[in-house]
Amino acid sequence: MLRYTIHRILLMIPTLLGVAILVFFLLRLMPGDPVATMLLGDAGGANISKEVVEAERARLGLDKPLYIQFFKWMGGVLQGDFGYSMWTGQPVIYEIGIRLELSLQVAIMATILAVLLALPLGTLSAIFKDTWIDQSIRVFSIAGLAVPSFWLGMIVILLLLTYFSWIPPLTFTSIWENPWENISQLIWPALAVGYRYSAVATRMMRSSILEVLQEDYIRTARAKGVMERLVVARHAMRNAMLPVVTVIGLEFAFLIGGLVVTEQVFNLNGIGKLFVQAVARSDFTMIQALVLLVAVFFVLINFVIDMLYALLDPRIRYR
Amino acid sequence: MSEATMPTAISYKVPKRRHPVLQFMVQQPLGAAGLVIIVLMGVCAAFAPWVSPYDPLAVDYGAMLAPPSAEHWLGTDSFGRDVLSRVIYGARTALAIGFIASFLGSTVGAVIGVASAYFGGKTDLIIQGIMDVLLSFPIIVLAITVVAVLGNNVVLGLDVNLIIAIAIPMLPRVERVVRASALAIRELPYIDAARAAGYSHTRIIFRHIIPNVVAPYLIMLTAFVAQAILSEASLSFLGLGVTEPTPSWGLMLSGSAADFYQQAPWMIVFPGIAISLGVFAFNLFGDSLRDWLDPKIKI
Repeated sequence: MLRYTIHRILLMIPTLLGVAILVFFLLRLMPGDPVATMLLGDAGGANISKEVVEAERARLGLDKPLYIQFFKWMGGVLQGDFGYSMWTGQPVIYEIGIRLELSLQVAIMATILAVLLALPLGTLSAIFKDTWIDQSIRVFSIAGLAVPSFWLGMIVILLLLTYFSWIPPLTFTSIWENPWENISQLIWPALAVGYRYSAVATRMMRSSILEVLQEDYIRTARAKGVMERLVVARHAMRNAMLPVVTVIGLEFAFLIGGLVVTEQVFNLNGIGKLFVQAVARSDFTMIQALVLLVAVFFVLINFVIDMLYALLDPRIRYR
Repeated sequence: MSEATMPTAISYKVPKRRHPVLQFMVQQPLGAAGLVIIVLMGVCAAFAPWVSPYDPLAVDYGAMLAPPSAEHWLGTDSFGRDVLSRVIYGARTALAIGFIASFLGSTVGAVIGVASAYFGGKTDLIIQGIMDVLLSFPIIVLAITVVAVLGNNVVLGLDVNLIIAIAIPMLPRVERVVRASALAIRELPYIDAARAAGYSHTRIIFRHIIPNVVAPYLIMLTAFVAQAILSEASLSFLGLGVTEPTPSWGLMLSGSAADFYQQAPWMIVFPGIAISLGVFAFNLFGDSLRDWLDPKIKI
């Protein structure tokens, strides 16, 4: 188990290094120049002398050769220093820090909602395969894959606005200040991004249970007279969880992607909004840090899933 | 096997061979429903100038934010443009970008997958490493990053760079599935036989491996049209995709639509239904295609 763990940890390093290299050099290839974007935005592009632009480039370190810029950046990152935003001038860590709580909270709430929906729905769908229960759950979940989360968010706002005159608040209340208000603010975006999530997990749960129900030990359990309810709850559900855990883990990372778009709809000042802003402003340091953050997150979740797999299924440990 | 070779003494029913399309329609009614929606959308998109009642770009300040009525079935937007016509023309944008991006992403992904599986060893290791890097981005985050790098480049009314940005996140996903299928095929005896017979790599790849990975390729291709439509809508919604005045479903939902939640809900409702219906149809069709061709493939 220890060898396996170490092996998995070592495998993460080249992937993350690859992400860092890819993002860093791709951004430098892009036609937009952060200095130009910034200065043109300030003065409408009029009478900016070449010296000002050069000085600004020098200040941001953009005048140095690419590989030196890269090593300087990597050196900082390894010490936890992601540099300063090229747009606001604040440390990147600070800008991300003030927004992380919000996005993370929506993501976690969406996950809880999704799991609470998916486990019972997927199991029901499998047990009552090809009946109207199964059909309606399948339609519900395949619709969840089709409805874009940002549009679902807009529809939720539209309904709330029409029936309760609720509008997305301009400021967000932290859960530590007023938990009730916080949850009543964030439940809607969590619902909007969580629907798709639950649909994916429901489908996986269904097919996984159907697969497990074919196994010999299920037939044995039935043959020795175990009640069908117990066969499903004890024998089938537990063994069907493995692929579902994977999907829940993988989709959690993809939730961040859904949030990027949905945060715009709900006026949430989170990581997703920061990312879209950074792209619009060619804020290199911010884009680099955010992409790296998402990748680290994703790779870590994959690692946790693999570890969970090894814990849940002893066969994997000895491979 | 033809019916004539069956021994006549045994009188069990020989299943009649129907046309594969008909067979699919009968065995997979849900998939058939998806296919019907796809065909309808395709027809609307192809014949948009004849199907749509108005010019999608025609501004009519006399009919701004008009609710759905006999003249404007789905109402008008804040410039008085007909929403129905814009939804129909939006299908053009969505399907064109959806198909091209998905074809590009799946084909390149499949080629890399087959090559990776066939050559194995170091080639495989390096390709898998690169694919792992691409896989550690959520689809939309990678697409946004690529858009940021490439900018816009409109050729013949279509944004080529947008298509590339939508296609790139598909590469590693298609590559994985096709590689897995190709790996299984590589181990089969007939490949050994082909090698022993002295066939070239190219011939083995094109004649013996590729025909056998067409099923997963087609399945991924259909599934990713849905994803591409979703990506296009999301990017356009964020203002990073299709630009005004080109009608696009995602674009219709962005900008001014959100300012008129109460005055003009039709501006929000209908484009979203169009996106959902399009994605739904392709998912349904893709799902049934998988069940029909090869149920073991997991997307």
